[in-house]
Amino acid sequence: MVSEHEALTASSYIKHHLQNLTYGKLPDGTWGIAQSIEEAKQMGFWAIHLDTMFFSIGLGLLFIITFRLAARQATSGVPGGLQNFIEWIVEFINSMVHDGFSGKNNLVAPIALTLFVWILLLNLMDLIPVDWIPHIAAVIGVPYMKIVPSNDPNATFGMSLSVFALVLYYSIKVKGIGGFAAELGLQPFSPKNIFLKILFIPVNFLLEFVNLVAKPLSHSLRLFGNMYAGEMIFILIAIMYSANFALGAFGGLLQLGWAIFHVLIVLLQAFIFMVLTIVYLDMAHQEHH
Amino acid sequence: MNINLTLIGQSISFIFFVWFCLKFIWPPIINALERRKKTIADGLAAGEKGHHELELAKQRFVEMVKEAKAKAVDIINQAQKRHDEIVDEAKDDARTEGNRILAAARAEIDQERQQVREELRQQVTLLAVAGAEQILMREVDQNVHKEVLDKISADL
Repeated sequence: MVSEHEALTASSYIKHHLQNLTYGKLPDGTWGIAQSIEEAKQMGFWAIHLDTMFFSIGLGLLFIITFRLAARQATSGVPGGLQNFIEWIVEFINSMVHDGFSGKNNLVAPIALTLFVWILLLNLMDLIPVDWIPHIAAVIGVPYMKIVPSNDPNATFGMSLSVFALVLYYSIKVKGIGGFAAELGLQPFSPKNIFLKILFIPVNFLLEFVNLVAKPLSHSLRLFGNMYAGEMIFILIAIMYSANFALGAFGGLLQLGWAIFHVLIVLLQAFIFMVLTIVYLDMAHQEHH
Repeated sequence: MNINLTLIGQSISFIFFVWFCLKFIWPPIINALERRKKTIADGLAAGEKGHHELELAKQRFVEMVKEAKAKAVDIINQAQKRHDEIVDEAKDDARTEGNRILAAARAEIDQERQQVREELRQQVTLLAVAGAEQILMREVDQNVHKEVLDKISADL
């Protein structure tokens, strides 16, 4: 759907769908919702995506309320339907953490559970037909609406940078500043000769630093990229509906097929994000010898 | 597609959700799972124990039946033996009793015969005296002829 002052072209349709509802400082100095893509861009860093925040917090609340309900009713007796389902997920996460994390840290499992369920819910928003919610939003006067929060790099970076902060924290806590620095500077090249060793420190540091920084980047961009591409294909299929009847029917078929395939991606990306988090935290807890 | 405050908002909400999960979701569920695991393990162990006990009870039952059967056979044998003894005893008793009765009857018969013989002898004596009186046509004085009469009586 497009707002009135934009011509209905394929390109504007796509751009419209990829624009978040941004709240920030407008060019005239007042605070408000950006009405065009350019306005949103000019707001810079001090703006917030209302749609991303709304859907991610809403789905996060859905996650914690559902799980809290199950946790409150949790007994060692015969579990009910909801409890059974929740326990199944918890056991799955628990076994993943058990296999992937060798250290002792009570925080890792709740992080993995939160990430897995939350990202899964965020990704599942992708399966809602691309025009439904933006159209309803347009009817009630909201110019932009992007309902898949994991389609917004802010959301994925928000999670991956939080995980990265924990990785840094635990690296320093477990190995000490010296140990962490040694890990950065004395690997992967560690010659026996002390002189050569010092000579190799800059080279090692460069390699390890890139390695370190690449972690949160690849972590978040992997999720973002997958979801973005998936959403893009849904949008492209949706364009077919505005052509003739035959193409529209074909588009419907395509959308169904892609949605079924996308369920796999949705699950897989949530799973990968969780597993990588466990792996990164595990690496932070491991001491190299 | 712009990086902005949403990043920080997302981080804060993520941290909040993790904190909530850590405090209120993970521990109760995991504890319940652990407790259930223990309950199931205990139940299985109890079942195994019950099964074992059942086996033992079955063995004991078989032994008891065997013992009871042996005892019953024993009792029957004893009873048979006792029965034979009683029958033998009864036979002996009957035999002695019969002999006793027979002896008593014989004694009585002897006695009666003796008595009858005595009576008969006296009557024969009287008859002989009467006969002699007829022959002699005179009265026989008992006292005179006592010697003769006694001799006749003794001969009879």
